[in-house]
Amino acid sequence: MPAELIFNVAIQGILTGLVYGLMALGLSVIFGVVRVVNFAHGEMMTIASYAAIIAFGAWGIDPLVAMVPIAVVLFALGYIMQAVLINPFINRPEHSQFMLLAAVALIMVNGLLMIFGPDARNVMVDYALDSFEIGPLLVDKVRVITAALAMAITAGLFAFFKLSRTGKAIRACADNHMGALVVGLNVKRLYALTFGIGSACVGAAGAMMALLIDTTPNIGPAFTLQAFVIVIVGGLGSMPGALLGGVLIGLSEAMSGLFFAPSAKSMFAIAILILVLLFRPQGLLGRKA
Amino acid sequence: MSVKITRRKFTATAAGAALVAGTAPFNIVKAQSNTLKIGSIHPRSGFQAQLGIACQRGIDLAPRVLKGMGIDANVEIMNADTESNVDVARSRAEKLINDGANVLIGAFDSGQSAAIAQVAEQKGVPYIINVAAAPQITEQGYKFVFRNFPTAPMLVGDGLNLMKGVFEKSGITPKTAVFMHVNDTFGQSMAGAIKAMAPRFNLPFQIVDTIAYDPQAKDLSVEIAKAKATGAELLMPVTRLNDAIMIIREMVKQRWEPPIVMSPGAPGFYEGQFYKTLGKFSNYLLTNVPWYNPRSSITQKLLDEFTKSYKGELFELNVGFSFEAVMVAVSAFNAAKSTNGAALADAIRKTNITDHVMAGGPLQFDAKGQNVNIKSVTLQNLEQRPKVVLPLEIAEDNLTLPMPSWSKR
Repeated sequence: MPAELIFNVAIQGILTGLVYGLMALGLSVIFGVVRVVNFAHGEMMTIASYAAIIAFGAWGIDPLVAMVPIAVVLFALGYIMQAVLINPFINRPEHSQFMLLAAVALIMVNGLLMIFGPDARNVMVDYALDSFEIGPLLVDKVRVITAALAMAITAGLFAFFKLSRTGKAIRACADNHMGALVVGLNVKRLYALTFGIGSACVGAAGAMMALLIDTTPNIGPAFTLQAFVIVIVGGLGSMPGALLGGVLIGLSEAMSGLFFAPSAKSMFAIAILILVLLFRPQGLLGRKA
Repeated sequence: MSVKITRRKFTATAAGAALVAGTAPFNIVKAQSNTLKIGSIHPRSGFQAQLGIACQRGIDLAPRVLKGMGIDANVEIMNADTESNVDVARSRAEKLINDGANVLIGAFDSGQSAAIAQVAEQKGVPYIINVAAAPQITEQGYKFVFRNFPTAPMLVGDGLNLMKGVFEKSGITPKTAVFMHVNDTFGQSMAGAIKAMAPRFNLPFQIVDTIAYDPQAKDLSVEIAKAKATGAELLMPVTRLNDAIMIIREMVKQRWEPPIVMSPGAPGFYEGQFYKTLGKFSNYLLTNVPWYNPRSSITQKLLDEFTKSYKGELFELNVGFSFEAVMVAVSAFNAAKSTNGAALADAIRKTNITDHVMAGGPLQFDAKGQNVNIKSVTLQNLEQRPKVVLPLEIAEDNLTLPMPSWSKR
């Protein structure tokens, strides 16, 4: 097998994995702090993709530009969801939380179906089919841009949680819920803020995804599953872990497609998940409970 | 043990018996109804939704068009959505039959059609398959299952024959080919048929690689990179719609430009959404596929109604075959003058409709319930719509090969 083919495929896998990582980051942030698994994660990303498609179709706004207002809108959606819907369920059993968010996911999918119908939609920007030629390598321009943005957003989020007072307060809530209450932090507001931040990540990832894949109302559950696989592999609650998990899954899918059967790509991703669960249950960069 | 019958028990039993006796005539009325209830079962949501909706359009238009042709088409259409899922297809078929459907029509997908066929056979309700190619469906000895669509070997046989015609007409004969197929029931059937039949057709090219991919894949960059690395001069894809779009998009991105891209008989390239999404990049692709006969008067009537009802939508084979399935059901109902399953199945078996929509011979079914008279044509996407280029007697435009470079469009 020619070396340039292997390099080409590996680069594509890593770049796609970085966007997967950003998508999973939202799930990881929310779980890490609020301890609620967002089962409507993929569906929220689909809403963001549709928002990018509308912005492009109606006003010609590039999804990479529309990404900012979409992230803001998703932030507001996430904040409201946490404040109004999820906060009352925080102390309820996990199956109640699951049912709540699964119901939200169902409503979102069916709402999208009612509004947009089942047809696949996408965004064809001028550069959608362009590639960079670097020697024998041919690298998809859209993937390069989206991967770079995914890394920048992750770095920004990391800095926010490490350096800002609000970020530190959110981390305090995650580390010691009781302690946070005792020192007078408004935990419910911080939870809503965290859900909003996680949703904003999903919004940005969804806008970028509109450039990479065709969007249909039904792709949400597949993305929710993929995000789960990534955060479990990377470590639930770990931001670098989400990015690493994304890259690992993207790369494994690409290489398994190349060396084995392309139709068995997702099987390899699940195999990695099983191995991680067996030998490092807290995930590659996760902390032991 | 003695059973004591009181006056109250006797009265209740007698009232029950009277009720049963009183309603019995309604059962007879149901069996001899003047209306044929057609259960239309298609994937109208999920990843095959667009195609299921296209089938549904053909079914919805059929009663109106048939009445316009003076045919007594007293039908009631009952709709069900398989959600692109085999298990859902099975349960929806059962529900349609329980709700009184006399005939089932569907289901675009081979896996879903196979599941529905089992239910229909078990319940003794005729099932007319409008679109589904897996050969095994009509190889089970079913008595109530009929298919007005070519099997995968028929598709492949016609497709490979037409390929030779394309090479001859264009003067371009590829030496190598790569075969890509969606890894579902249909794709596997087509792959099996090509593997079995290609040697018999003495084709001028060698298949250097076969690449199967997940039907719900979101990205086909690896698959195209592999295909490109073979250096093949012909790409033979067996696709659905979304993957067909992904394949061409990736080919443009990876600048892979084989002289010929020709589907041996699969959906994708000729569908409305394909043209809308890819624009100029949709041109020059070829598909060998059963298609409507543009010279048939019924086709023109159906096309007129379709254009009036679905402005901007593409009239294609899913619409045509679905319309014909209703045509077969109505013809059988008018002949049998009954909604009884066995009587309808007998009448369908004797179907002989010479003037119809799709290219090929008369609508007839063999002992297995298969219409063997359907013929494929070669379509080429020109000016962002499918045009018949072969056979020449029904051609709408000239074959244009080799495909121009992606960058020169």
